[in-house]
Amino acid sequence: MTLPFRRTLADREDVLGGAMLAPALAYVILLVGVPFAFAIALGFSNATAGSLSFGWAGLHNYRAILSDPIFLRALRNSVVVTIGSQVLVVVLATAAAQVFRATFRGKRFARFVLLLPWAVPVSLAAIAWTWIFDSTFSVINWTLKAAGLLHGWLYWLGDPALALLAIIIVQAWRIFPFATVIVLAGLSSIPQEIVEAAIVDGAGFWRRLFRVELPLLLPVVAVAVLFGVVYTATDLGVVYILTGGGPANTTHVLPTLAFQRGILGADLGQGAAIAVFLLPFLIVVAIGMLRLAHRTEVGGAQ
Amino acid sequence: MAGIEIRSLRKHFGDLHAVDGVDLSIRDGEFLVLLGSSGSGKTTLLRMIAGLERPTSGEIHIGDQRVDGDVPPRARGIAMVFQSYALYPHRTVFQNIAFPLEASRTPRKQIEEKVRWAAELFSISRYLDRYPRQLSGGERQRVALCRALVRDPKVFLLDEPLANLDAKLRNTARDDLKRFQRQIQTTTVYVTHDQVEAMGLGDRIVVMERGKVRQIGTPQEVYEDPVDTFVATFVGQPPMNLLDAGDPSLPPRTLTGFRPEHFLPKSVFGSGEDLRTFRFAVRRVEYLGSDRYVYGSVAGSGAPDATIIAKLPATITLGIPEGETQEFAVPRRALRYFDAETGLRRKG
Repeated sequence: MTLPFRRTLADREDVLGGAMLAPALAYVILLVGVPFAFAIALGFSNATAGSLSFGWAGLHNYRAILSDPIFLRALRNSVVVTIGSQVLVVVLATAAAQVFRATFRGKRFARFVLLLPWAVPVSLAAIAWTWIFDSTFSVINWTLKAAGLLHGWLYWLGDPALALLAIIIVQAWRIFPFATVIVLAGLSSIPQEIVEAAIVDGAGFWRRLFRVELPLLLPVVAVAVLFGVVYTATDLGVVYILTGGGPANTTHVLPTLAFQRGILGADLGQGAAIAVFLLPFLIVVAIGMLRLAHRTEVGGAQ
Repeated sequence: MAGIEIRSLRKHFGDLHAVDGVDLSIRDGEFLVLLGSSGSGKTTLLRMIAGLERPTSGEIHIGDQRVDGDVPPRARGIAMVFQSYALYPHRTVFQNIAFPLEASRTPRKQIEEKVRWAAELFSISRYLDRYPRQLSGGERQRVALCRALVRDPKVFLLDEPLANLDAKLRNTARDDLKRFQRQIQTTTVYVTHDQVEAMGLGDRIVVMERGKVRQIGTPQEVYEDPVDTFVATFVGQPPMNLLDAGDPSLPPRTLTGFRPEHFLPKSVFGSGEDLRTFRFAVRRVEYLGSDRYVYGSVAGSGAPDATIIAKLPATITLGIPEGETQEFAVPRRALRYFDAETGLRRKG
């Protein structure tokens, strides 16, 4: 005898799947997809804040920004800041992961401290950094001076080159904990026997690091860098609070310039054009990195 | 080429005495097998010889060099093959084998020659450009051996290198390994929990249990003359039968031991043989093709319920009905006696 069978919702995977995906899909479409499509559309319009008119402008906005030295400077800054901070992050995160792999007293506390920059809101952290780079009270300057390493004075946020360096440092500081955690996870996924085989094979610390561990970490590092690139290239807060794009518009990055033109300057069309300008490049970078991560997967020997 | 001397070696992990006072003298060119179940300390012992684990106390000498202190693995003249083979997944077979040579800054040309020579020896020349993930288990194992070989080590350390192969491949791999070791004559320490492997490969076997050496001897010595009940039951499949036979001619508390293959129906023995006869209550017969295993118990023994196993070769075709009691016998020369309290061998 068979039990009477009644199809319930739980038996209908097609319906159930859709129902469970719906909230997440709605969230992504409404809060990410729609504004995103809107931004792309705005880039081709002559819309301004405070008016509801929406006229087709073709490539006018793009032509305008490409002939604008401030935009070109901002574009260059974006690239420099993104690459510079990520190089710093990869080096620091790899080194820190080596330290955190060892066992030492206070490791848990050190780990907690490491993760702090990640947990602090960007705006608060950036304000703290403005004091660190302050023209009068800069703790860096005073420390260097006390150590006898600095003669003269560094105007961190007043000099375009130094200001850019300051921005790179803060961006690196912000992404670094996250990257360290990812690299640590990657390190622990390398089979212990492979590391021991390298030791027995006579490889010293540096050879093990560069010939065995880092190549095996490559996919993981690529993912960390991908996140870092996206976070940094799209970040508004740090530059906005630290320099506001100054002095004399020399330290703008694309997000801050887009905000200035589009929101403060009310030229929505041009702001949108600046904001989405990097999109194609970021997509290419993302695809490239994911391919790299896919190609060199860890654990191929198992 | 070098022998290994190990003196009162200990390794404690907190309260766990993984290796608990081991003395061992491994001869130059010998194939020595460390045999034990997991947790017996055999792998820890191997890792201490390799320098991957630091002894709590004791001495290790490789050749005339004392290595138990700060001598790193690379300075010990050893090569090791791991159970997982531990090939570098991002390097080709060639680059894997070349790795230890690169680490010792061998000139490029020499590396090339050596890798090709080793690959030839293990017939993996065809795979030099492949990645480990493109190889079968047996091929990976040979790559791992090649990588160990090119360093010209004084000592080979092998940690269950055949454990990950399927049963069929394991036999040929065992044969290859033994032939290869005879050819190059390098001192080899081989860790395994598989007693068939140990018997087949070892010049001598070290049986370990809970961090201590129970017996050292040739496969034949360990099998024929186990020093205690642990070795008697650990080596051999099915294990040696042990029973308190209640024999008045023996001192009290004596266990009588005999191998299943010596325990046969009385009628198959010749009349001149000096036999010890048992009344064997047959419970079940297992037909395995080349052998029959007969499970049952011996009436009148100290523990009448204990399972005793007889292993009858296919040449004995006598019918053994289940549920009946039969006369089985063991030649007296095949009997071994153990102290029931200490488990130690008793002469006589």
